[in-house]
Amino acid sequence: MRVPGRGLLNAAQQVRFNFDGVAYDGLAGDSLASALLANGVRLMGRSFKYHRPRGVVTAGSDEPNALVTVGRGAAQRPNARAPMVELFEGLEAVSQNRWPSLAVDAMQVNDLVSPFLSAGFYYKTFMWPRAFWEKLYEPVIRRAAGLGALSGVAAADESDKVFGFCDLLVIGGGPAGLMAALVAGRAGADVILADERDRMGGRLLDEKEGVGGMAGHAWVAGVLDELDSLPNLRRLVRCTVTGAYDGGTYGAVQRGAPGVAHETFWRIAARRAVLCAGALERGIAFPGNDRPGVMMAGAVRGYLHRYGVAAGRSVAVFANNDHAHCTARDMAAAGLRVACVIDTRPEAPASTGDWPVYTEGAVTGTSGRLGLRSISLRHAGGQRDVFVDTLAVSGGWNPAVHLTCHMGARPVWRDDIAAFVPPEAAVPGLRVAGAAAGVFTTHGALSTGVRAAHDALDDLGISATPADLPEAEDAACCITAFWQVPGKGRAWLDLQNDVTTKDVALAARENFRSVEHMKRYTTQGMATDQGKGSNVTALAVLADATGRSIAATGTTTFRPPYTPVAIATLGAGGSGVGFAPQRFTTSHAASIAMGAPMVEAGLWYRPGYFPRRGETTWRQSCDREVAMVRGAVGVTDVSTLGKIDIQGPDAAAFLDFVYTNRFSTLPPGRVRYGLMLREDGHVMDDGTSACLSPGHYLMTTTTAGAAAVIKHLDFVAQVLRSDLNLRFTSVTEHWAQFAIAGPKARHLLNTLLDDPIDNATFPFMACGAVTLAGVKGRLFRISFSGEHAYEIAVPARHGAALFRLLVAQAETLGGGAYGMEALNVLRLEKGHITHAEIDGRSTAGDIGMARMLAPQKDCIGKVMAARPGLSDPARPRLVGLRPLDPTAPVSAGAHLFAPGAAAVREYDEGYVTSVGWSATLNSNLCLAFLTRGADRIGEQVRLVDALRGHDTLCSVTDPVAHDPKGERLRG
Amino acid sequence: MRLTCPLCGARDLREFSYTGAAVLCDRPAPDAGADVWDSYLHLRDNPAGVTRDLWYHGAGCCAWLVVERDTVSHAVLSVVLG
Amino acid sequence: MRYNALRLLKEGLTGNRGWVPVWRDPVPQAAYDIVIIGGGGHGLATAWYLAREHGITNVAVLERGYLGGGNIGRNTTIVRANYFLPGNAEFYSHSLKLWEGLEADLNYNVMHSQRGLINLFHSDGQRDAFVRRGNAMIAQGDDAVLLDRDGVRRHLPYLDFDNPRFPVYGGLLHPRGGTARHDAVAWGYARAADRRGVDLIQQCEVTGIDVQGGRVTGVQTTRGAIRAKKVAIVTAGRSGQVAALAGLRLPIESHVLQAFVTEGLKPVIDHVVSFGMGHFYISQSDKGGLVFGGDLDFYASYAQRGNLPMMEHVMEAAMTLMPVIGHANVLRSWGGIMDMTPDGSPIIDRTDIDGLYLDCGWCYGGFKAVPASGFALAHLLATDRPHETAARFRLDRFRTGAGLMDEEGTGAQHNLH
Repeated sequence: MRVPGRGLLNAAQQVRFNFDGVAYDGLAGDSLASALLANGVRLMGRSFKYHRPRGVVTAGSDEPNALVTVGRGAAQRPNARAPMVELFEGLEAVSQNRWPSLAVDAMQVNDLVSPFLSAGFYYKTFMWPRAFWEKLYEPVIRRAAGLGALSGVAAADESDKVFGFCDLLVIGGGPAGLMAALVAGRAGADVILADERDRMGGRLLDEKEGVGGMAGHAWVAGVLDELDSLPNLRRLVRCTVTGAYDGGTYGAVQRGAPGVAHETFWRIAARRAVLCAGALERGIAFPGNDRPGVMMAGAVRGYLHRYGVAAGRSVAVFANNDHAHCTARDMAAAGLRVACVIDTRPEAPASTGDWPVYTEGAVTGTSGRLGLRSISLRHAGGQRDVFVDTLAVSGGWNPAVHLTCHMGARPVWRDDIAAFVPPEAAVPGLRVAGAAAGVFTTHGALSTGVRAAHDALDDLGISATPADLPEAEDAACCITAFWQVPGKGRAWLDLQNDVTTKDVALAARENFRSVEHMKRYTTQGMATDQGKGSNVTALAVLADATGRSIAATGTTTFRPPYTPVAIATLGAGGSGVGFAPQRFTTSHAASIAMGAPMVEAGLWYRPGYFPRRGETTWRQSCDREVAMVRGAVGVTDVSTLGKIDIQGPDAAAFLDFVYTNRFSTLPPGRVRYGLMLREDGHVMDDGTSACLSPGHYLMTTTTAGAAAVIKHLDFVAQVLRSDLNLRFTSVTEHWAQFAIAGPKARHLLNTLLDDPIDNATFPFMACGAVTLAGVKGRLFRISFSGEHAYEIAVPARHGAALFRLLVAQAETLGGGAYGMEALNVLRLEKGHITHAEIDGRSTAGDIGMARMLAPQKDCIGKVMAARPGLSDPARPRLVGLRPLDPTAPVSAGAHLFAPGAAAVREYDEGYVTSVGWSATLNSNLCLAFLTRGADRIGEQVRLVDALRGHDTLCSVTDPVAHDPKGERLRG
Repeated sequence: MRLTCPLCGARDLREFSYTGAAVLCDRPAPDAGADVWDSYLHLRDNPAGVTRDLWYHGAGCCAWLVVERDTVSHAVLSVVLG
Repeated sequence: MRYNALRLLKEGLTGNRGWVPVWRDPVPQAAYDIVIIGGGGHGLATAWYLAREHGITNVAVLERGYLGGGNIGRNTTIVRANYFLPGNAEFYSHSLKLWEGLEADLNYNVMHSQRGLINLFHSDGQRDAFVRRGNAMIAQGDDAVLLDRDGVRRHLPYLDFDNPRFPVYGGLLHPRGGTARHDAVAWGYARAADRRGVDLIQQCEVTGIDVQGGRVTGVQTTRGAIRAKKVAIVTAGRSGQVAALAGLRLPIESHVLQAFVTEGLKPVIDHVVSFGMGHFYISQSDKGGLVFGGDLDFYASYAQRGNLPMMEHVMEAAMTLMPVIGHANVLRSWGGIMDMTPDGSPIIDRTDIDGLYLDCGWCYGGFKAVPASGFALAHLLATDRPHETAARFRLDRFRTGAGLMDEEGTGAQHNLH
């Protein structure tokens, strides 16, 4: 219920919201949890396994129970923690993991059979009958699993990612963080201060403590004013630092204002950082400790002081430490009934009001199915039952050490404060201050925050003036470790996953004694809170059960993210075409205008074919384009092939080293085909290199291989052969390049070139500078199609115009543009390889190019290509295949078998790499690798594609099916 | 993770690509024999500790770099041109 | 104690106090016939098959931490037999058959779920490569179905078919592929091996391997010296370190592979789905979390954790392939240590030292291999002959170039597989 005059919210700013179909009013600045509590709503969720009624336990991001789904459709977000959901007008939230309703959940029947559902039960059953696991047991389990549901509608990609840089990253805006930021900010350092809440101030907003003679929140407001006046300091609210990574890199998620779905994922490179993330309160395991109304004492105070909300009408306190007693004082001051304080220790602070303080006390049971009604307790003086609707529990505080352990270090147990503290220097550049370091007083937080900032500034060589410390409480931490109350009834550890102390004892009994085994076997710590509320208590219970100390038992590992982060945020920008760059050629627009469907070729887009009127299938267009190239002339864009400009006195020697064949013998004005191996002796790429003038070469690569080749060339030039004098650079995007292929190719060119060419001036494999209408270009007489062909290159800014011109001219000659489909058939007819053949596992010998390894010179891959396994004559060898029935189906990926052999692995003799219908030869054609293929020309093999049901008898042929002597290339 | 390229300064990990151990810099002579080549290409000390790696600043200056790095802590000890 | 529903009932009715330890804590003996270094999936499976198939029980498994604390406890739980090169094809096929009988064999529910695995492809060339693979699977006697785009849509209607950067052309469906609960596999093999008398020794790190006259004689450990006739190194991720104790250099580079799990959600993904144009594959566990991962971070590492660039790439791939999971929250990330080899395929072989055996080089594919690897290594240890399903996993294949199994086609660069 709302307590007038308490809290930091403005009572005039009402906000209407909806929970499970019921409308409520809250205040601006409320969380969903505080607003529900203000409206007397305590039942907020159901636990995972037993579907027990649950209420909110915390006031922060470590909430294990009150998980809700917010929003609908594309905006639907499951598993939101009610204390972290900021209220906005029209907010719609529903509870999860219950049917038909939160108050009446059919699945609570699980609770009745809980003895049979103890930890690890599913490993011991569901095995028989065998088929039942997948048909029955598993589907039922899967439907019962999970808490929230996704909407099934694509999440909008409305978040983004940024990089941030700073001298000092301050993580947490409580007293420690504010002082650290103040010191560093005043010193002129570039500071980022981030806090996961909507307001900075940390526990100063949740407690009644004063600082510097004024209320905590007033002091905070003054500090924030000063921080916001500093131009060198960025203050990020609603920003959780989620992970510490190498090199001073931190990940952080910044949420939007209430109701705004947009989130920002930060990658922050911080020269230094200070972790001021505070501490998270832990409970005590006692029978019945999971009813709505049993809450962390610090959360009860937080709801009162920050939100002005009393968690209930009557409260008892159960604690093992001095500090929790102020819960009674604060609740009484707000006009609520305090029933008693139960302290586990033999000695405890005296009561400050009209309630008793019991010593040697323990809560032994609770009642109230949908909400706490009463507790049973024992103490030094006896036993009693007490009617309360709220039990504020405190078993101590766990410093939020997580980020310090993201690099694999483990925290260190301190008996004196009964807490794990960060290991020393575990993350380079990261210091810790305040409660996160196990310093639990306000004065301690302020002073360690100052100290950490000074030390960081010293590292950075930035001088700072000492800051005045405002006065603040400095009470010693008085705590005696207390973990569980033995007795009848289940005592809960992991509230969400329904793990009890009995489960941990069972794990120990079955010899799952390591804390990792216990966690995985019981699933303690594997819920959405990653065990923030249960890890330490559970390992203490395990330590007890296995007769070890807490330090010897140890913790499990800490991993990013500190709190869960949406995939859409971590992957912002990745949906749709944002996932990878799109690369377009200069002829792209013209191709689209001509109706060509564009095909992805790596990151590029290339036209598949150019349909003409009357053509309804791709095959019709492809067959026509092939005939057009072989009979007249075709034009296609080949700009996507890699082009590398290589210059220098040793350029030729360099080419000799990276190619298997010689280029030092290539005269200026000539082009040569080259084969490039990896150092392991397999083919990496192929292409042509042209000698434009002495010491000046232009290398081409395949489209797919371009990036790998230039990286490789850089390695050779910089590392392996730094003795060579040369320079090179990629010019792939500088030049638009088009293939002109067909009997009328030269005719077409001569209509455009300023100076016409003939066979004498420009024979097959010649190259040189040319001009077209005054534009300087390069011409290469090379052919992938097997026809009389050229490639013309012009600076890219002229590409679009040249393509249109070439196509128009070609059409007047009975030709036109052709695309990737036709290109593939043309090269297939000529037995020319692509990466379908050189797939990374083939050698020069496999593709029939062993002779391209020039004998007297070393080159990359030469030695390893000579390994016995790579030169074995029984290796599969490139051949052509032609089906005996020309139209019988063939497919790439089909496997090859001898005609009488069974189509099983033992008799597998090869596979088909490429296929196509050859209009030129009126037959389906294939390229394939066949064991000992070179010796089997003329034999028959069975082509079997079991996936498609093809079983076709083929003749083994030479790979070159069309114009084997290459006569059409010359002249 | 950040590497300090000698030419470009400190840059984020995503600008670089890793190839392998820096032993790849010492290419054997063609007649060094099968054992030497097998070791060069395949066998690795693979230490859990300080190693020397080959990295490529592909999204930057395209320099090949030899990086001294700890494979357990990921601490970068030195970065020089290859 | 046999596990079954009746036992659950009986124990539940009596306060669950009757459950017995899943394994003993034996004191290490001074000598064993066989010492297996590494108490992960492969090591524990080897121990059980030695006992079950060969009647050899004078065996110790030495684990430096807690059983199953390595990669077996850190993977994305995928079980499949969709490799295509000779050597791999028969091995994983055998493994899948062993998986299918595993629960009955071990009397432990490893939750093996053959929900179907789909490899998506996004170009004609990729399709052709998957056709080659699918036909290899069928020739091996396993199952594969070629799906066109509509076929993929029927199985996976939630993918982004409307606006993707790399449209789905189709997919290769492996109906018998699926997932299993990783911890349960380790615990199941451990319990079964322990029941047959194998000693499982935890908190026992091997600090030396004793070799005399070219023959192994035993090991030195943090719990004392142990003599052995045969020693097997089965320590994925740390194979190089342990082999170095015997003076061996391996063709292995250790790398980190990151993986991720989301909070539990009601069922949304029924298959194992693999993206063809980015490093991303995903399934949903029986507890509701989406389990997914991508590729290596690519730099050598023993840190068991990765950095942001690969993590972000994986998340971006998720958003381009299936933005319906955008509001699933990533709960946890982790990493393992991968034994990367120059062809991406494993090693189960003897070494030049008599009595010293290797089972390593599993790259990031070791989980599905657990049964067949244990089976094959047990066979090798027992008979000194390789089992026919693993005969090609030779250590010397890199030196000779004979029998390389380079499924990715990326060549002799360890981190490209």
